[in-house]
Amino acid sequence: MIRDTFDRLKSRGEMAFMPYLMAGYPSLERSMEHLRCMACSGADIIELGIPFSDPVADGSTIQAASQKALERGVTLSAVLEALQSVQVDVPILLMSYVNPLLALGRDRLMEQLPKSGVHGLIIPDVPHEESQPWRMATSSAGLSLIPLIAPTTSENRIGCIADSTDGFLYYVSVTGTTGVRDDLPEDLPNAVARVRKCTNKPVAVGFGVSSPEHVRQLAGCADGVVVGSRIVQAIGRDEDLKSLVRSFKDATRSGTCS
Amino acid sequence: MTYRQPSDTGYFGDFGGRFVPETLMSALHELEKAYARAQRDDAFCRRNDDLLMHYVGRPTPMYFAERLSDHAGGAKIYLKREDLAHTGAHKINNALGQCLLAQFMGKTRIIAETGAGQHGVATATASALLGLDCHVFMGSEDVARQRPNVQRMTLLGAEVIPVESGSCTLKDAINEAIRDWVTNVRTTHYVIGSVVGPHPYPLMVRAFQTVIGRESRSQILEREGRLPDEIIACVGGGSNAIGMFHPFLDDLNVAMTGVEAAGDGVASERHAATLVAGTPGTLHGAKSYLLQTPDGQISHAHSVSAGLDYPGVGPEHAHLKETGRVTYSAITDDEALDAFGTISSLEGIIPALESAHAVAEGLKRAARLTSDQIVLINLSGRGDKDLGIIEEVRP
Repeated sequence: MIRDTFDRLKSRGEMAFMPYLMAGYPSLERSMEHLRCMACSGADIIELGIPFSDPVADGSTIQAASQKALERGVTLSAVLEALQSVQVDVPILLMSYVNPLLALGRDRLMEQLPKSGVHGLIIPDVPHEESQPWRMATSSAGLSLIPLIAPTTSENRIGCIADSTDGFLYYVSVTGTTGVRDDLPEDLPNAVARVRKCTNKPVAVGFGVSSPEHVRQLAGCADGVVVGSRIVQAIGRDEDLKSLVRSFKDATRSGTCS
Repeated sequence: MTYRQPSDTGYFGDFGGRFVPETLMSALHELEKAYARAQRDDAFCRRNDDLLMHYVGRPTPMYFAERLSDHAGGAKIYLKREDLAHTGAHKINNALGQCLLAQFMGKTRIIAETGAGQHGVATATASALLGLDCHVFMGSEDVARQRPNVQRMTLLGAEVIPVESGSCTLKDAINEAIRDWVTNVRTTHYVIGSVVGPHPYPLMVRAFQTVIGRESRSQILEREGRLPDEIIACVGGGSNAIGMFHPFLDDLNVAMTGVEAAGDGVASERHAATLVAGTPGTLHGAKSYLLQTPDGQISHAHSVSAGLDYPGVGPEHAHLKETGRVTYSAITDDEALDAFGTISSLEGIIPALESAHAVAEGLKRAARLTSDQIVLINLSGRGDKDLGIIEEVRP
């Protein structure tokens, strides 16, 4: 289903817009409302973050949201249960550090994810070398395991990683953590082109993508964009989520790379 | 059977591995290769050995603690005096080795985490010596309770960065160091202070620390003509313990005990006894034992000793627990403070609060043995840094 989404958008000349939100921030009920709202306002795929006490790949915005969610007692089980009563017609990807997933148990997780409308998993602290049990488990459950590619990933390695997924490649735009940034790295289009040379799989760009203008800069180079901290920030400030999501989605229709 | 761990992929049995963001994988591969190359490089090895002897002051003494032995009323107690190493703890063995390795790799920026401040001081010292730019992450709670070490690091030219997230202790300092490393990975080497983290750190830190066990082995053979019956070391992340234990792992007649911090008691919620009371999980790059909730969130640890105040532990210790080769026990804050007083007054040696946990366990074990038996305790560091805490908790 994730690949279908990318194929469909590609045929229309659009990038996939993938907003991220932290489950349980500011509350689980609100997160479910936000999920529905984003699905109706133009999100093509939604990434749902699971709170964790030690999020080493995240900057201050997502760290703080994660902490707030944990203070409210939000757990992975509670998130999966809440998802069962939310029907959205866009694929959901769960993004979680590995320890909460292990605590629930891989088998139980694989049973519950499809029932909760989840189509794939992103585990930022499980690199390719450690991913085999997760690849096997997701593939037998009919889910995608979405791997990350970094600016420091060699071309050989990009090829190996790309072969391992049936979904897309999540390209981390910067060496660094998640967070709102004023500018994207200048050489980002070249960096994405380097990834493309190694694979035909769709490539989405995340980390630091913070404005519709950033999204327009990626038009024609990337197949999708992930916007995380900016969305979480907007939720924290109670901004109009619908129009924010729309403005990002509109930017994905802006045509080819300059 | 010869002990051979870890595997090529960094697993000690079921534990270890490399659970880090993709951005760091190239740095870990680079480190693994550079470390292998450095080990075969004569100039690197000579320089390391030379500095260990003339700068660190190795070999450190092996001391027969006669009055402490009489006090215990059982076995002869020997102390491996890592407190006499330059900077006052075993941490310098690893910090110096890794800073030399950073230089060997052409990296000029050093980051480190620290709990008690001993690893931070050791890394700041090695950085000063080698002309490297050093930044140390330290939980804000630890900055407050280990003030003298903060002053030492600053004096040595390092930048100390207080970490305000989570429990404001060692765990959070490691999180922040990892975030810095992800951001500056191309120029920076992360000097991890214990046998924790992703492969090859547990292997490499062990290699730099086994000098403790190798020296101990030949020193006790020279003094007593035989190996000790028991060896005891404290375990936070577990580097002094691995360094001491590793050269004895194939000597099955030598019993070994790793001593964790029981804080207010293992039955209370306030302790740091990860192996004694924790469960398997993945944190800071490796699969090991953790203190965690049933949902996989990492719990806050507690110990009077900042260096043991960590809800994880090195993966090799998790493996040694599973195989039963090493026994793990826990000593409460009160027991450690009693031992701190005992060894100070009987031997004129003020131990680090971390090491006082090993002394407390050693006294118990020695009492159960006879006078022809030998207990070897790794006195991993000195206690000057802890005088403020002592004053606070035992006025």
